[in-house]
Amino acid sequence: MTPLLSVKDVRKTYGGRIGCTDVSFDLYPGEVMGIVGESGSGKSTLLNCMAGHLPPDGGQVLFDTRTRGMVDTLTMSEPERRMLSRTDWAFVHQHARDGLRMGVSAGGNVGERLMAVGARHYGQIREQAVDWLGRVEIDEDRMDDPPSAFSGGMQQRLQIARNLVTGPRLVFMDEPTGGLDVSVQARLLDLLRGLVREMGLSAIIVTHDLAVVRLLADRLMVMKSGHVVETGLTDQVLDDPQHAYTQLLVSSVLQV
Amino acid sequence: MYVAVKGGERAIDNAHAWLAEERRGDPEVAELDVAQIREQLALAVNRVMTEGSLYDPDLAALAIKQSRGDLIEAIFLIRAYRTTLPRIGHSRPVETGVMACDRRVSATFKDVPGGQVLGATFDYTHRLLDFKLMAEGEVPEAAKADPRQEPTPHVTSFLNKEGLIQSEAQGEVSGEQTPPDLTREPLELPANRALRLQALTRGDEGFILSMAYSTQRGYGNSHAFVGELRIGRVAVEMDIPELGFAIEIGEVELTECETVNKFAGSKVEPPQFTRGYGLTFGQTERKAISMALVDRSLRSKELGVEVSNSPAHDEEFVLYHCDNIQATGFLEHIKLPHYVDFQSEMELVRKMRAEIAAGQAQDSAQEAAQ
Amino acid sequence: MSDYNFAYLDEQTKRMIRRAILKGIAVPGYQVPFASREMPMPYGWGTGGVQVSAACLMPEDTLKVIDQGADDTTNAVSIRKFFEKTAGIAVTEKTRAATVIQTRHRIPEEPLAEGQILVYQVPIPEPLRFLEPRETETRKMHALEEYGLMHVKLYEDIAKHGHIATSYAYPVKVEGRYVMDPSPIPKFDNPKMDMAAIQLFGAGREQRIYAVPPYTKVVSLDFEDHPFDPSKAEHPCDLCGAEHTYLDEVIVDDDGGRMFVCSDTDYCAERQALGHRGRLSPPETLAEEAAQ
Repeated sequence: MTPLLSVKDVRKTYGGRIGCTDVSFDLYPGEVMGIVGESGSGKSTLLNCMAGHLPPDGGQVLFDTRTRGMVDTLTMSEPERRMLSRTDWAFVHQHARDGLRMGVSAGGNVGERLMAVGARHYGQIREQAVDWLGRVEIDEDRMDDPPSAFSGGMQQRLQIARNLVTGPRLVFMDEPTGGLDVSVQARLLDLLRGLVREMGLSAIIVTHDLAVVRLLADRLMVMKSGHVVETGLTDQVLDDPQHAYTQLLVSSVLQV
Repeated sequence: MYVAVKGGERAIDNAHAWLAEERRGDPEVAELDVAQIREQLALAVNRVMTEGSLYDPDLAALAIKQSRGDLIEAIFLIRAYRTTLPRIGHSRPVETGVMACDRRVSATFKDVPGGQVLGATFDYTHRLLDFKLMAEGEVPEAAKADPRQEPTPHVTSFLNKEGLIQSEAQGEVSGEQTPPDLTREPLELPANRALRLQALTRGDEGFILSMAYSTQRGYGNSHAFVGELRIGRVAVEMDIPELGFAIEIGEVELTECETVNKFAGSKVEPPQFTRGYGLTFGQTERKAISMALVDRSLRSKELGVEVSNSPAHDEEFVLYHCDNIQATGFLEHIKLPHYVDFQSEMELVRKMRAEIAAGQAQDSAQEAAQ
Repeated sequence: MSDYNFAYLDEQTKRMIRRAILKGIAVPGYQVPFASREMPMPYGWGTGGVQVSAACLMPEDTLKVIDQGADDTTNAVSIRKFFEKTAGIAVTEKTRAATVIQTRHRIPEEPLAEGQILVYQVPIPEPLRFLEPRETETRKMHALEEYGLMHVKLYEDIAKHGHIATSYAYPVKVEGRYVMDPSPIPKFDNPKMDMAAIQLFGAGREQRIYAVPPYTKVVSLDFEDHPFDPSKAEHPCDLCGAEHTYLDEVIVDDDGGRMFVCSDTDYCAERQALGHRGRLSPPETLAEEAAQ
């Protein structure tokens, strides 16, 4: 089976400081990869390099495109990359306001990606928006309200709907549950797990919260100081951590 | 009975005749002549020359007279005249280091070679109305000193010797490369510094002042010192290709301001001072200082200093909004007829209201039927 | 005014503007940056249109200038006088007789023909400006043809108001590529932009020129189920009885009584001369007296 995404030797430095280095892995269709580590470990830098938000200093990020097979997204033309990022790719930001248009209604937020790829039937756009709002448990009668009138949890669910409406094949998530109350987090996780299963999504989730990856990720990558220190199946890594840092990470969570 | 309004042409002619009369004011009062404006309202003349981008005190004075003292209108007149002039070439960079300084102050050093020269300034005057000026005001002659003969080095050059201040990229001096010209090329962003400085010199004094002020109050935090402010005359030289050397084509009065900002250093640069620069025609020091502050603020990115969301850090915001001729024109164009647009808006509002009313009527009819 | 060159601008400048115009015609709807000159009239008052007209005018041309559809509005008079003075060309109020027509906010009712040039005055050339204020960003959006945001705006209109709430400066897509601001003409005029004449757009303050060549497809943006609607006030003209023209609404008495008259004064006068009458037309005799 060809991987959906193949990351090879990605490296990013800031001046003399290492952001991330020597990162290589493959992600297969339908697989969810979790990247964990403390803040400053390089996990967000890596995510942003893969998603095209930050230019890495070296390496390749190959994606299995629909028309041309495996293509290095770092050397793609800008129009092609931007097209990819509004069709086959999705990015869920930690802060919903970074991923939403706060002045545009919830329906408009969900509909934007559809319109960006050429949808021109108002009724159908609206129908799809209603459908997606329903799937993330937002009432239809809130669809004409702007996200600024929503709670934090609702905003995050709206961001997820806005991203998934075009049926992307790969979703990048940056601390999707960060900054939410614990009860709200649980509901969102539950929802995400349902969507991932139902749609057979491939995803890369960056988080410092091991509960999130325990629930969602098939495989784990543990990062420290810009390096990957351990990889493996989620249960294996969490239940039998090999690297001292992973052991510390796991034990510190268990104590809570 | 309605007949479509006609007579725009007559209205314009009459309005202009009346305007000419108003400009003159009471004919019993002696008429101002252009020389009086040039000599006695010199600071207004300087501003018009600076923002009009034309060094000609007589024409600037004429524009002020014609515009009834509305300086933005006068700048507009000068700009519209200037644009019809052919561009023959460009001068060599003026050598402000050999300026015959009428005024020269530094806030960073108590004394410097060349000395502090207070000059003719409002600084330290007490702002009390001088009622003597209501009558004829002949003034006694002021004390004179012999002008300094040798060049007056720039204060920042002393810091430069120690490597304490960022050194500027040396521009071309040969005169072979044509400098950018805002009045001949459309502004495209990001603009280089020469173009930015040009825009700031031409920019509205009030706007640049407020932008500069905002940086002092924390919107794009920077604390500037006036390294040096100097006012005086410099020669303007131009390379004449046929001759193979430069000749002096005239003399202009300039205000030059160099500000000094502290910079804690970045990954690529050691801690040092950074510069802002202002250069304007005549004695226009408020403008020159403001310009230097805004220049420094707009350089943040290239100096590797943190760039905030403050307006004074935003090149596009500053450069697109600093020109008072553009701003005035667009602002005042809303006086022009817009009845076509307004009509279409009225129709839309009426239609939407009618639909809402119809919807309500239907609702209440349904309720009544139940 | 012999002190100035023909049509005011020097030949160098005209050449520069013509190059921009040609580029604009070659890439329909694309905004070409040009070094707008400081004109002796304020920015926002037609400096872009005036520069484009000046670059197009030849001594044998006949010029018509309208503002809000009328030849006699003050700014139209002022611009017409400017060219009479600086170019000494013939002027006309007849749409048919003009070779160059400079306009603000309207397209004449009479269909334009091959060989005519319609020059629009444009205040804000960027159709995306009020969605994205940054020029650097909007240029990128045009380059990459990222126009989804434009439809988000229309979507929001319908969601909020049940209608697309844009009644003038209604955005169009030119020849399937560039989204363009047709200048603040009423949407009623949009369908006329598929025409035989050359359409040139000049924005002086914003330093942009763009163009629509003859017989180019100009489509007003809409949704399939909310199609573009070029409607106007549902009245006939009270002076000439025309049912198919764009109307000015005029308040005629202190009680707010009103009448509707053609905004295109030339078109209306010609119809009246042909004997068409509206609800409030003066009786024949009075009309003749008024004409004298």
